[in-house]
Amino acid sequence: MPNKAFLFILLALTALALPQAYAGEAEPTADDVVLEKRVNAVSEELRCLVCQNQTIADSHAELAIDLKNQVREKLKQGMSEREIVDYMVERYGDFVLYRPQVKSSTLLLWFGPFALLLLAFGVLVAKLRQRRKAMREVPKLSADDHARAESLLSGKDKGAQS
Amino acid sequence: MNRFLLPLGIFIVLVIFLGVGLTLKPREVPSPFIGKPAPAFRVPQLHEESKTLSPEDMRGKVWLLNVWASWCVSCREEHPVLVDLARQNLVPIYGLNYKDKREDGLAWLNDGGNPYIASAYDREGNVGIDYGVYGVPETFVIDKLGIIRHKHIGPVTPEALRDKIIPLVKELNSAK
Repeated sequence: MPNKAFLFILLALTALALPQAYAGEAEPTADDVVLEKRVNAVSEELRCLVCQNQTIADSHAELAIDLKNQVREKLKQGMSEREIVDYMVERYGDFVLYRPQVKSSTLLLWFGPFALLLLAFGVLVAKLRQRRKAMREVPKLSADDHARAESLLSGKDKGAQS
Repeated sequence: MNRFLLPLGIFIVLVIFLGVGLTLKPREVPSPFIGKPAPAFRVPQLHEESKTLSPEDMRGKVWLLNVWASWCVSCREEHPVLVDLARQNLVPIYGLNYKDKREDGLAWLNDGGNPYIASAYDREGNVGIDYGVYGVPETFVIDKLGIIRHKHIGPVTPEALRDKIIPLVKELNSAK
């Protein structure tokens, strides 16, 4: 009997301990949630230079983890998001920005596709206009043409049919 | 004839763009440090923990800062080239042992030879981040005033030395 009670207590304790064990693995504790959110927000703006098509938030490369830790440290020190992004640009260049800034050297990158789209649309409109004009200007038929068409339609002109 | 001219033109432009794209090296991100002062640091040396190393100690000479690690595969390829360069006494090479275990780093230098006058020991990789290091090995050419003049990403090859690094070092050395 005391054995059973002991077992029950043990089970209850395990049950209590389990969620905590998981909480230990998923890092953020209650007061860190806000900070982690900010760390993630900044990380999503920064490109991982090892695996270049990922942000450092997505990447598991060692450098990305280091940079994320740097971001966390700097946020803790009270640096603003803007300042941290600038800090990274100073070291890694504009390339570290996952969303390139709009400036003279990136204008083509940002607006090139729209320019192409406009150009294509312009070509389309011009082509359609040309075609409509061509259709409106049906060539005038002479009296001879009419006579020939008539004879073709009535089936008298066997030679043309074969 | 005209019907084919336009598509052909577009095709040729496309081929040119794709061809240029093939020759680009997206892994080589231009460093924003070129022409800027080398970031300051003062960290313990790899061999003697009590001694420190700082770019300030190198004022007045042209030197190379080579970022390396024992875990870095392409450093293995680069190492003999650096050992050879060190033998020629053209330019002092200093190392930055990046995110390495001290004993691993020391063992690596014992095995392959030590081309470095000294190596700074950057256990946490903070100096590396300050220098914008993202792929080891990387090599910086730093001039007499402590300005970074060139950054070589990836293993230093004999060609890179011959065509870029050594001429640059000579030019910087002859400058006042």
